[in-house]
Amino acid sequence: MSSLRAIIQFRIRDPARMSTHPPSLIFESEAQAFKSGLRDALGAPAAVLFAGMLGFGALGHSIGLSFWVTTASSLLMYALPGQVVFAEMIATGATAFVIGLAAALTAARFLPMTLTVLPQIPAERRDAKLYLWVHTLSMTSWAIAMRDFPKMDPLHRRAYFCGLGLVCWGVSAPATAIGYQLAGTVPLPITLALVFLNPLFFLLTFAEVRPPANRVAIFLGAFLGPLTYLVSRDYSLLATGLIGGTIAYLFIRIRDARGRP
Amino acid sequence: MTEVWALFGAVVGTYLWRALGVGLSGRINTNSEFFKWIACVTYAMVAGLVFRIMTLPVGLLAELPTSARLLSAGLGFAVMLWRHPRLGGLIPGLLAGSSVILIAGLLQSN
Repeated sequence: MSSLRAIIQFRIRDPARMSTHPPSLIFESEAQAFKSGLRDALGAPAAVLFAGMLGFGALGHSIGLSFWVTTASSLLMYALPGQVVFAEMIATGATAFVIGLAAALTAARFLPMTLTVLPQIPAERRDAKLYLWVHTLSMTSWAIAMRDFPKMDPLHRRAYFCGLGLVCWGVSAPATAIGYQLAGTVPLPITLALVFLNPLFFLLTFAEVRPPANRVAIFLGAFLGPLTYLVSRDYSLLATGLIGGTIAYLFIRIRDARGRP
Repeated sequence: MTEVWALFGAVVGTYLWRALGVGLSGRINTNSEFFKWIACVTYAMVAGLVFRIMTLPVGLLAELPTSARLLSAGLGFAVMLWRHPRLGGLIPGLLAGSSVILIAGLLQSN
């Protein structure tokens, strides 16, 4: 038990290092898994989301959105790229229907994201409350869950997921509100560094993705994302996912089939 | 008022995908080929989004030269991969990458 505690303590002290040399994540109970989710979120994930939402708050201010709509979008949409589209389209004077549709298109990634995370939670830990908890899923908590779920007891995953999501979601609206109020007072280089933390975080977590098919998918997505964006801003993500993902899947499947006797 | 209706539409449009995911996730076996495929689709999507933000940003980040964004990404990634117990890893990588952006921003504003 003491060695177990040492592993957990160590984890808290230096989560960054743990990510490169991972022992299995062992929790004694679901309550402990929940707390560990809260604690892990309070490191890099919350900082990254806080910075991104701070930047979005400033963007909302500069575009001329009201304080409440800007903050509410973080609380209720909780999808940064979609929020940026939302804010920009309001600035261009698009109709409510068109704006909703465009935001929905950028949010399509939540379907495959939930479909890759939630099936890893065993059936006896899935209930209707997940329809509430799923709102706290962001790309940030998704990246952490994908990395750490395989290392823990499946029965503890739901509690960990809830802890992680709760903190990430919880910091977003306050960060947006602060960003809105501080807009214009923070020097531009600092704002830029904060806003860039968000994409940088995802880039760095790609380094920890192990399955070869997923690595190929990331590689292809890196090229297809910008390329398809030049063709169509609205359908870029869908096209990137479907084309890049399917090619990566087939590539590894064919490679594995050849490798077998 | 348009703001509020647009927000309503965007909130519903965003949440529907998450809810659909919860509804369908019960039918998916993590050992199935479909699960492997959808994981590839998700990673391609997320990578596409991240590299699009880095190479073709909208808003604030567009004010920085592409070279600064790529240098930041490259340095951050290298530090992330570095197996040093204190100076390598995620948080040092984030700090290294954002320092590049900070410096680039300072140089530009002068």
